[in-house]
Amino acid sequence: MNENDFTKQLGYTLIGEGDGGGITAAYTSDLLSDVMGNAPGDSVLITIQAHKNTVAVADLTGVKAIILCNDRSPDQGMIDAAKEAGIGLYVSSDDQFTVSCAVGKLLAS
Amino acid sequence: MGKAISLNSQNLPTVLLDLIFKLKIKDVMSKDVVTGTKQESLRTIQQRMKLRGITGVPIVDGPRLIGIISIDDILNAFDQGHIDDPAEDHMTRNIIVLEDDMPLSFAISYFNKHGFGRFPVLDKKRCLVGIITNRDINTSLLIEVNRIVEQLEGEREHTQVTLEGEHSKQFPVKKHDFEHAGKASTEIKKFLKERQIHPTLIRRIAVASYEMEMNLVVHSDGGRLLFTMNGERIEISAVDQGPGIPDVDKALEVGFSTANEWIRSLGFGAGMGLPNIKRVSDEFSIASDKGTTVRSVIFLGDE
Repeated sequence: MNENDFTKQLGYTLIGEGDGGGITAAYTSDLLSDVMGNAPGDSVLITIQAHKNTVAVADLTGVKAIILCNDRSPDQGMIDAAKEAGIGLYVSSDDQFTVSCAVGKLLAS
Repeated sequence: MGKAISLNSQNLPTVLLDLIFKLKIKDVMSKDVVTGTKQESLRTIQQRMKLRGITGVPIVDGPRLIGIISIDDILNAFDQGHIDDPAEDHMTRNIIVLEDDMPLSFAISYFNKHGFGRFPVLDKKRCLVGIITNRDINTSLLIEVNRIVEQLEGEREHTQVTLEGEHSKQFPVKKHDFEHAGKASTEIKKFLKERQIHPTLIRRIAVASYEMEMNLVVHSDGGRLLFTMNGERIEISAVDQGPGIPDVDKALEVGFSTANEWIRSLGFGAGMGLPNIKRVSDEFSIASDKGTTVRSVIFLGDE
């Protein structure tokens, strides 16, 4: 699965593009320690944590893209940090469950 | 008398410019003001100037400033033969003053605008509380800049490589600095990646260092994250000076956290930090009294 599937297939809003590359897994959590401990590498993180620290965790765990749910808009600090780390950043108006199901379907196809 | 520094922001280093607006006149002025009274003779005042090594004496009536006698007035008095007259006959009455609460920038622009060597400083009640010269300004700026440099040196990240090939890094971590949180761990990850350490091991080390770094940010009064790599052995420790963990056993339980609401709302304080560190470590220790030291050792030979 590629990052542009989030915009093309799922209609999520692109905030900043990542370095690209294949995404092979997804992880849904709003607890950063849980993400740190358990999120698989090469994954997309589905969360409502729209701040800079989420990017730090994503960068350390090898998460390639972040989808912010419930229309949470990232602050400039998060946008800049994601750009610097080469991590894709997307926003969806759906909740974490709905986004997880949609991403799950894409991953399975 | 030194020349006043220019407020032209293009020529002035940012650090000085910041100080000039941050410091107040009362931080810089001399509070020990040598004064004279209106009845005293110019000769008495001249002797006082000589004794104290100054070139201007404010003339006061109680706490009120009523004039100033400068070295020029004394020279004129000798020249014109009225050195034994009382100060009030020859003092400058039209005095330009500064207020103690004004930023230092005001004093600097006054020195640039007017040709005086000093300005008396008054408080809100119009009482004389100090005197400021260019020398006071230069000295204060030098002291402040020196303090900033010392602070920066203390906070600098340290990287050391010993003869035995041991790499060590030290990162200062500040309390509640969520802005830079994760920076030390990202540096450590980069260092390991450059040495082609296995991704699974990097992940374990990153978990340990990030959780320690976040613990310093969230719970400590500030501290240091230390990293050493000696052959196959990686050691990461977090050392802080307080406030200490009241119940270490409890802190090691999954789900237990003392983090407050706003920290939890950022996704921290889930009570997984210390258990996560313990899980990824080959050796783990924690000691807490007034300060806390958490130590994790991970061996590279594992993968």
